[in-house]
Amino acid sequence: MLGKTAGGLFWMFRSLERSENTARLIETGFRIALTRPGSEEWASVLKTAAADQAYTANHGAVEQSRVINFLLRDPGNPSSVMSSFSQARQNARIVRTAITREVWEAVNDAYVSLKDRLARPVPERDLPDVLAQIRQHSALVRGTLHGSMLRNDMFDFCRLGTFLERADNTARILDVKYYVLLPSVMQVGSSLDNVQWETILRSVSGVRAYNRLNHGKATPMGIADFLIFDPRMPRSLRYSVTKILSNLRMLHAEYSDWHACHDTIERLDRRLTRQTVEEVFEEGLHEFLTEFLAETGRLGAEIETDFKFTE
Amino acid sequence: MTSGQKFFDEMRGINDVTRAPYDAYASWFQSEDPKGLIKEAKEAEAFFRRTGITFNVYGQADAEERLIPFDIVPRIISSKEWALLAKGIDQRVRAINAFLYDIYHRQEILRAGRVPKELIARNEAFLPMMMGVEPPGGIYTHIVGTDLVRTGESEFFVLEDNARTPSGVSYMLENRETMLQMFPELFSSIKVRPVAGYPTALHASLAACMPPDPSPEPTVAILTPGIHNSAYFEHAFLADNMGVELVEGSDLRVRDGRIAMRTTRGYKPIDVIYRRVDDDFLDPLNFNPGSLLGVPGIFDVYRAGRITIANAPGTGISDDKAIYSYMPDIVEFYTGENAILKNVPTWRCSEPESLAYVLDHLAELVVKEVHGSGGYGMLVGPAASRKELEQFRAKLQAKPGGYIAQPTLALSTVPILTKAGLAPRHVDLRPFALFSPNGVQLIPGGLTRVALKKGSLVVNSSQGGGTKDTWVLEDD
Amino acid sequence: MLLNIGHTSKYRFEHPVHYGLQQLRKTPKSRSSQAIRNWTIEIEGGRIETEFTDHHANDVTLISFDPSATEITIQCRGLVETTDEHGVVGKQRGCIPLWLFQRSTELTRATPNVRRLTKGLREAHDNDIALLHALSARIIDAVRYEIGQTDTATSADTAIERGSGVCQDHAHIFIAAARAMDFPARYVSGYLMMDDRTEQDATHAWAEAHIDGIGWVGFDISNAMSPDDRYVRVATGLDYGEAAPISGLRFGAGSEALTVDVTVAQQ
Repeated sequence: MLGKTAGGLFWMFRSLERSENTARLIETGFRIALTRPGSEEWASVLKTAAADQAYTANHGAVEQSRVINFLLRDPGNPSSVMSSFSQARQNARIVRTAITREVWEAVNDAYVSLKDRLARPVPERDLPDVLAQIRQHSALVRGTLHGSMLRNDMFDFCRLGTFLERADNTARILDVKYYVLLPSVMQVGSSLDNVQWETILRSVSGVRAYNRLNHGKATPMGIADFLIFDPRMPRSLRYSVTKILSNLRMLHAEYSDWHACHDTIERLDRRLTRQTVEEVFEEGLHEFLTEFLAETGRLGAEIETDFKFTE
Repeated sequence: MTSGQKFFDEMRGINDVTRAPYDAYASWFQSEDPKGLIKEAKEAEAFFRRTGITFNVYGQADAEERLIPFDIVPRIISSKEWALLAKGIDQRVRAINAFLYDIYHRQEILRAGRVPKELIARNEAFLPMMMGVEPPGGIYTHIVGTDLVRTGESEFFVLEDNARTPSGVSYMLENRETMLQMFPELFSSIKVRPVAGYPTALHASLAACMPPDPSPEPTVAILTPGIHNSAYFEHAFLADNMGVELVEGSDLRVRDGRIAMRTTRGYKPIDVIYRRVDDDFLDPLNFNPGSLLGVPGIFDVYRAGRITIANAPGTGISDDKAIYSYMPDIVEFYTGENAILKNVPTWRCSEPESLAYVLDHLAELVVKEVHGSGGYGMLVGPAASRKELEQFRAKLQAKPGGYIAQPTLALSTVPILTKAGLAPRHVDLRPFALFSPNGVQLIPGGLTRVALKKGSLVVNSSQGGGTKDTWVLEDD
Repeated sequence: MLLNIGHTSKYRFEHPVHYGLQQLRKTPKSRSSQAIRNWTIEIEGGRIETEFTDHHANDVTLISFDPSATEITIQCRGLVETTDEHGVVGKQRGCIPLWLFQRSTELTRATPNVRRLTKGLREAHDNDIALLHALSARIIDAVRYEIGQTDTATSADTAIERGSGVCQDHAHIFIAAARAMDFPARYVSGYLMMDDRTEQDATHAWAEAHIDGIGWVGFDISNAMSPDDRYVRVATGLDYGEAAPISGLRFGAGSEALTVDVTVAQQ
C-alpha cells in the first residue's frame, strides 16, 4: 500500500472522529447552557476543542450563537464539524481505491447532506436535529467500515486514526476540567457539583454508563478512573490505547517490521495497565495528562514516519 | 443550421420508421409508463451523485464537482455496423502507431513528401527528445479513443483521434452499470455485448508492454495529477478496478535506476505507468521545470529502458488537428490500404486558398484551434452571432496556422427522454481501443456524448453535454 | 596531442537536501578528432541511478543525492588523444533530421538584434565557411568577452543588449544568427586547453554550423577560430539547456554554492 494512502486513511478517520467529538462538545455546551443559564461552559468547550484562541482572535467575546456557528460550520476553524468533515471527505477521495464503495458512499452522502444542512447558520431550534444527523452519519460510516472492509493493513490505519484522535480528545476534556477533580477543591470521596461532572461525562456520552456502574455517585476519582482506566468504556484512555496497540500489533504481524511507534505504544499500554487512579492523583492529574498528551503526540508523529505517510 | 433540416435519427431513420437495431427497445419503451421512466431517470442522477462520479470544469473559479447528465435511452449499434467501425479503428490505430515510430525515427513519410516537413518541424506536439527511442513492445499508443460521428445509414466519419490520454471510459462502464441496475429485464431480452471487461483487458494490455528487464514483481500503476484534476474520479475508478496503485508525482522517486513508489514498507519499483498527466507536466527535470505534478527523472529512466510510459511521450503529434487532415495519406502510406473510416473534409487555414474559402464561408463552418480540446476556442458558424463571427474572423486572420475548418456536419440524433417524451438530440461516439504487441482490442461500446440542448451540435460535457449508455448488439 | 583532463564540481547546500537529481552530460565520445583513452566519473554524496544516450547521442548519467546530503561532488578524470581536424566534425549521424537544428529556442531567438548581426553577410561572401567566420568576428566585436555579466539563463538577445558575455553567450548568438541565415546550428560544450595555463576558469563552449557538402564545422567565437587539437567535444544540443554539463533539481529549502575546478594539461 502507498504511504500516502495509509496517511489518507489515518487522517480520514481522525477527521471523522474529530468532527463527531466537536459535535458532542457543542451538544454538551448547549445542554448546559439550557439547564444552567449563567454558567461559563462555552469558554471551556472552546478550550477543549483547542479553538479558544482562534475564536477570540476572530470573534472576541464568547457568545453562544457565535460559538456554535464557529464550532459547527466556520470554514476558518479547521476543527469545526464541517471543516473536519470536508477534510475527511477530501482524504476519502485520495484513498478512493483503498476504501470500499460502501464506505465511500457513506462519507460522500454524509458530506453532501451536511454541506446542504450547514450551508447557512443553524437556528437553535434545529440544532438538536442537526447534531443528531451528524451522529447518525458518523455511525453509518463506522458501520460500513466494519461491515465491508478487509481486516488488513488498510483497516488498521483507519482504526489508528480513530483511536489516536479519541484518546487525545478524552485526555483534553479531562485536562480542561482537571481542577474540578482535584482533591484540594473537593474532599476525596465527596460528591461533585452536578454541572461539572455532567459536563465531563456528557462530552464523552458517558452519563448513563457511569451512573449504571456507580449507582449515580459521582466522585472525582470515580470519574477519572472511568475515563482513564475503565477498559469497558469505549472513550477511555485505556480502551483507546488497547485498540491502538492491537492495530499496531496487527501491522507488525503483517509487515514483520518493528518501529519506534511500537515501542511507544507498548510503553503507554504498560503504564495504563499497571497504574491506578490513586497513583495518578498522587503524581498529579494535570501532570499525568500532560505527559499522556505528549506521548500520543509523539506516537502520531512516529506512525507518520514509520509507515511513510510523507517523505 | 437551416431550420427544418432533416437529420438521420438512429432510432427512427429519416422516414420516422423504427430502425432494426432499435426494434426490441422501441417495443419495450412502448409498454413503459413515461412518467415512471422520468422518475427512474431522477434516481439515476441521485445514484451518480452518491457514487461520486463527478468532474471538475476547467476555467471555473469555484471548481465544484459537477455531474455529467445521464440519459436513460441507450444508443444502439448493430453488430454489422460495429464490425465496420472495429475494422476501421483497428486500421487507424495501427497506422497512427506506425506513423509515430516513423516520425521518431527515419521520417520516411516526410522524405516521401506525403506529409509536409513544416507540419512536424513547427509543431509543438513534436517531441525531439523521443527521437530514436524504442518504446517497449514497439507501442506508442496503448490507449486510443477515436471520436466518431454519423450522418446517415452507413456514413461514419472520424472527427478526432485521441492518442494522448483519452478520458471518458469510466462513463462507458458506469453508464452500463447504471442501466443494468435500472432495467435488468432489458438485458435479458436484448443481447448487448458486455463492456465490463475493460479494466482487466487494459491491465493485460499494459502488462504485455513490460520493459525488457522488469523488476522481480512486475508492477503496473496509474499516475494521476491528483484529486483536483477533472478526471480524477476516472483515474481512481480504473486503479480500483484494475487492482493497481493510483500514484501521484509526490509518491514517486528514482531508486536503483527505476521509478519506485513510496509504500508503507519502503520503495517498490513500478514497471509500467499508465499516466494521466500531459507530456509537458510529466517530468520537471526534462520538460516543464515548473511542473509540480510530474516525476523528475522519469524520462531518463524511460530512455534507459527501465519503465514503460503509456501512452508514450510525444504521441500528440499524431492526433494534432493539423495532422488530422493527412490521416487518409498516413493510413495509406503505412498500411497500403485506403482508410476504411472517412475523415471529415478539412480546410487547413495555414494554406492561403483554404483560408480565403474559410473566411468567405465562416457562417457555415466549424472552426477549431489546432491544439485545442474540450470544445474550447471553437466556432460553430451556424450557431454564432454576427459579433462572434467577426471576433473569430480577426483571430483567424491574425494566426491562420492555428486553425482548421470543417463543414457543419449533419450529426445523427438519438432520442433522449424529456418531460414531453422522446426527443432527438445530436450525438457523437468515442470507442476505446487498446493496443499491445498482441494486437488491437476494441471494447464493444464506448462513450456516447449527447448535446442536451435542442438543436445544439456541441456534445462536450464542459459545454452542457450529457452521456448515454452505448449498446453494441450481439450477432443475431 | 594527449590531453589530461580533470573536472570537479562541488555543490554545498545551506540545508540538507531531502531529494535531488542531476543529469550529467560529462562523458566525451571517441570520434575522428578525439580518441578517449580512459574516462571516469566519481560521485561523492550521491550515486549513479542510470545511464542512457539522448537524442543528440550524448551519453547522459542520472545521479541522485544521498539522503539529507549537504554536499555533492562530481569528479571527472580522463585522458583524451586529439588530432587537429580544423574544426570539421563531419556528416550528421543518427536519426535527427537537420531541420531540427533550425528550430530556434528560448535562448536562441532570431530577434532584430540577432538579425542585425547577419546584415550583408550573404552578399559579401560566396563561401559559407568565410561567411560564418565573418559572423563570428562580428559577434566578438559586438559582445566583448567579460565574466560575470551573464548567466546560463541569458538569451542571445540579452547578451547583445549588454554588449558583453562569455563563450556560452557567444555560442548562443552565433547559433541564433546562423539559423536566421538557414544554417542548421548547434551548441557544443567541452574542454579547451589554454596555451598559457593548466587551470581553466570553467568548461568551454562553442558552436557548430552545418554546411552543405562539408557537414558540421566548429566555430569558437570567443577565440575567433575553429577548434583544433586543444579542444575536446563533450556534448551537443540545440542550446545550453540540452548540452549543459549538469542540470539538476532538488527538494529542500536554502541556497547552494558551486565551485568548479577544471584542469586541462598536455600529457
